[in-house]
Amino acid sequence: MTIEAPGSVVFQNVRKQFGVFVAIPDLSLTIEPGTLVTLLGPSGCGKTTTLRMLAGLEHPTSGRILIGGKDVTMLPANERDVSMVFQSYALFPHMTALGNVAYGLESSGLKRKEARERAEDGLALVGLAGMGQRLPAELSGGQQQRVAVARALVLEPQVLLLDEPLSNLDARLRRRVRTEIRELQQRLGFTAVYVTHDQDEALAVSDQIVVMQDGGIAQQGAPRDLYELPASAFIADFMGEANVVACDIISVEGGDATIRVEQLTHRVPGRDIRPGPAKLAVRPNAITLKPASDAAFGGRITHAAYLGDHVEYEVKTAAGTLFVVDPAVERAISPSTEVAIGFKERGIAIISA
Amino acid sequence: MRKHRNRRLDIALALGFAAFVALPWYRIDGGFFGFGWLANFPGDPAVAPGLLQIAAYGRWWLIVPVLLLVLAAAARVTQDPMRRGSLLAYAGAAGIGFLALQGLAIGFSGWTWTVSETLFGPLADGQLSMGAGAVLAALLFVLIFAFGLAERGALKGDAFIVGAISILVFLVTVFVFYPIGSMMVGAFQDFDGSFNPEGFGRNIVDPSIWSLDCLIGAGRCGVAWRTFWLAVMTASGSTLLGLAFALVATRTGFRFKKSLRLLTVLPIITPPFVVGLALTLLFGRSGVVTEAVSAMLGVEPGRWLYGLTGIWIAQVLSFTPISFLVLIGVVEGVSPSMEEASQTLKADRWRTFWHISLPLMKPGLANAFLIGFIESMADFGNPLVLGGSHGVLSTEIFFAVVGSQNDPSRAAVLAIVLLCFTLTAFLAQRLWLSGKNYATVTGKGDSGAHAALPRSVSIGVHALVIPWAMFTLLVYGMILVGGFVKTWGLDNSLTLEHYAQAFSVEFRDGSLAWTGVAWNSFWTTMEIALISAPLTAAVGLLTAYLIVRQRFAGRELFEFALMMSFAIPGTVIGISYIMAFNLPPIEMTGSALILIACFVFRNMPVGVRGGVAAMSQLDRSLDEASLTLRADSFRTIRKIILPLLRPAITAALVYSFVRAITSISAVIFLVSAEYNMATSYIVGLVENGEYGVAIAYSSMLILVMVAVIGGFQLLVGERRLRRENRIQSVAAVPASIHQEKTA
Repeated sequence: MTIEAPGSVVFQNVRKQFGVFVAIPDLSLTIEPGTLVTLLGPSGCGKTTTLRMLAGLEHPTSGRILIGGKDVTMLPANERDVSMVFQSYALFPHMTALGNVAYGLESSGLKRKEARERAEDGLALVGLAGMGQRLPAELSGGQQQRVAVARALVLEPQVLLLDEPLSNLDARLRRRVRTEIRELQQRLGFTAVYVTHDQDEALAVSDQIVVMQDGGIAQQGAPRDLYELPASAFIADFMGEANVVACDIISVEGGDATIRVEQLTHRVPGRDIRPGPAKLAVRPNAITLKPASDAAFGGRITHAAYLGDHVEYEVKTAAGTLFVVDPAVERAISPSTEVAIGFKERGIAIISA
Repeated sequence: MRKHRNRRLDIALALGFAAFVALPWYRIDGGFFGFGWLANFPGDPAVAPGLLQIAAYGRWWLIVPVLLLVLAAAARVTQDPMRRGSLLAYAGAAGIGFLALQGLAIGFSGWTWTVSETLFGPLADGQLSMGAGAVLAALLFVLIFAFGLAERGALKGDAFIVGAISILVFLVTVFVFYPIGSMMVGAFQDFDGSFNPEGFGRNIVDPSIWSLDCLIGAGRCGVAWRTFWLAVMTASGSTLLGLAFALVATRTGFRFKKSLRLLTVLPIITPPFVVGLALTLLFGRSGVVTEAVSAMLGVEPGRWLYGLTGIWIAQVLSFTPISFLVLIGVVEGVSPSMEEASQTLKADRWRTFWHISLPLMKPGLANAFLIGFIESMADFGNPLVLGGSHGVLSTEIFFAVVGSQNDPSRAAVLAIVLLCFTLTAFLAQRLWLSGKNYATVTGKGDSGAHAALPRSVSIGVHALVIPWAMFTLLVYGMILVGGFVKTWGLDNSLTLEHYAQAFSVEFRDGSLAWTGVAWNSFWTTMEIALISAPLTAAVGLLTAYLIVRQRFAGRELFEFALMMSFAIPGTVIGISYIMAFNLPPIEMTGSALILIACFVFRNMPVGVRGGVAAMSQLDRSLDEASLTLRADSFRTIRKIILPLLRPAITAALVYSFVRAITSISAVIFLVSAEYNMATSYIVGLVENGEYGVAIAYSSMLILVMVAVIGGFQLLVGERRLRRENRIQSVAAVPASIHQEKTA
């Protein structure tokens, strides 16, 4: 099974209001066909509302939504060429796994026999061949999840929507299933829109990540861009933890900038910026600590926690308290020690000029 | 998709034109389904279709709906979807509005209102009530209106949902609000429908309604105050007894606790006047007890039973089980940890009960009191049997229309007074008590044992419960035995005579002949109950679906209005139905249709309640999943929601079936010679003094209902075993429905 024509998705100035509450003020977004795009953000940022509008479960207050170039703004859910995997799976408890998968095919007018055959194929696709006669209650969480995916995929939609599909699985299973979903997406080549609040999940599966905040897009880009070049303190903090410190940009040459934090100077990648005061996002693992007194840029360890494969420190400095992750567990530094602070090559980005 | 929209619109338009061409526009005297009209169709003015009425018989005003239909057809070929939607919606709304207006404005002999007569000049000819054509046209205008809104994107463009909501609102307006409205208007009208405030003015200040003579000296109080006083007494009595029963059933080691709970089924299966009837057999002038006492003590048999005292006893007997059911939940809902906390704080059992348990139950007690109050106000059967000359509002209403007074204006005024009382109680229950319930089950593991009752309270409740339970058993025993006794008080020998008279069957000429006097009304009752039960369940559950799952403007108001119709006493419904549906534009009195409509819209709130409770437990994402899987909302309801709601459906079916059999208050106004219901037939027997047959018939009805409920219980019980956790709790719904019974 392959998806014949993966569809693009376009949001044009979409606004969504629930009564007086404005969930999405003005959203414009383009998703290329055949890619897996993640909508990432904290709860209440509008990512699920965006997905539901794409599914047709909510209708925008104004603006247009296009799927595969066709305006679907006013189209009800059942007339759209998308399908959805729900957070709770929403498997019909009174139907077998096969019945669940065949349901959409029968709704689209397929003969019962043909629908069942295609449903069998769908179950085989997610590795559940032969389990079709079981009721959802007789399947494990991971199997239920796969039935939900199969049920959505057999319709060969232009766009597959996934609403936090892994949140009901335990941590170990979550990693495996997200790999499977990504593999399936790349093999079949469908467009997928994936909603999650977990940045690890987003980084692991996406072609593109759209970070949302307060109903708008905070930043959109490839996983690596978002992690390494966050556009704001919010993104930096949301895409893995980050220390935000004040800095001065001394000079800019080519794609690089020289910055100074307190007494420490450092070169970081930076485009379209001018010298002057700015903010710096520093990943906890991009800071080095060396026991030393009277360092040019130093601090004092206020708290240290041993966590097996790394040590976490809190360091009080003139630039604020820094959170540091150090993999060198063998030479853990005890609290109250004076340390010299250095920056590594990667993991440091200017976030606002 | 566009094709889809055009197709449904085409069908609606085609049917709409058919309503004007192929069906008789006005009501057929012999009944539409008799098809006697086919012979004269379409040439006779009585059976002519709408178009012919316009062209040949001078009903020129009907041209307006035809033009509106043409406008809708013009919208069909409009390209711009928003414009097209607006056109359809306007055409539909104007169509319904105009049909209603012309129906109300033009009666049998011309204009109904003088305003329109002066404006347009007199009409040559009036019109009959609406018939098949008019009704179909009205419904189609509603649908065209709904399609228009759907095309404009209302409710996500779901035509089925918009259509269902529109039709429901339309039906509820016609069958609940229109009758109540006509009744209000009726208070200001004379027999011929002309405006006459004199009747209202005379009745509203009538001392026989409002007099307070019993307080300030000689004479009796007015009927309004007597009814109010009775309701307060009944509510107090049944709440107190209900609390005692609930305490015994949950907080003591009483041996027959389980069987106490069986009591709660009684009010559901008992036709409301049966308790009064049984009391007559015990304490009436020639009752068993009365005879025995007068023989022993040599006193003259009294008539004390006939009056407020007797009604009060009968009502407390009837409504204690309801209050018991409500209060079981309240008593069990008090968290044991509160009582345990109290005990660890050095409070003894008495102090714990008095200062912790009882205050926590207070809102629940107030709720039970208000339910008892509304029940008593609405009760019609017991006062009818026991009231004698000391009537209450509901019976006075009845006698104001059927009796020698025949004063519809008075009936309307009394009904308005009664309605004010019950609606006030209902509003108090909804607005004042909502959110005051401390006794909530949180779902947190709330282990611990309820504190035992203080000794004095324990003795007290047992002393109340045991005699009362015995008394209840005695009364119900009377009902079963009563049918086998020849003539109460005179000849107490056993006989099958009454059953034979009611239910005899003979073989004549090789075929079965139902010769018993009861069969006619029995089969009518079964037929009407069987027709109305599925309709009630369907309308109720559809409404529940719309309320729970759809967000539309006025949803809360809609729900509130529906629930409020619960607090409308059956007598008020009855009187308002005959006032509304006896004259054009809609004439239904004397037909089976009016009985069915009455049952459907009176019992629908029960289905709604049950459906709402059950549906709230179904994850909303199930319907959404179905929608994203290409199923439209109709298929979603059919394939997903209905199968998962099966227990709620069963409960709604059983309940509406049973209610259709037991109800009397509204029915007694609406029955006719052709369609007589069992309950009103029995009341007729009682009025003729044929107690034996009446009791025999009643116990037969009770048996039928026990069989029906038991059968369904078995069916549902079996299902429950095979159900997964997710929806198991749905099966608990029937119990909650019982609380909703108001006569």
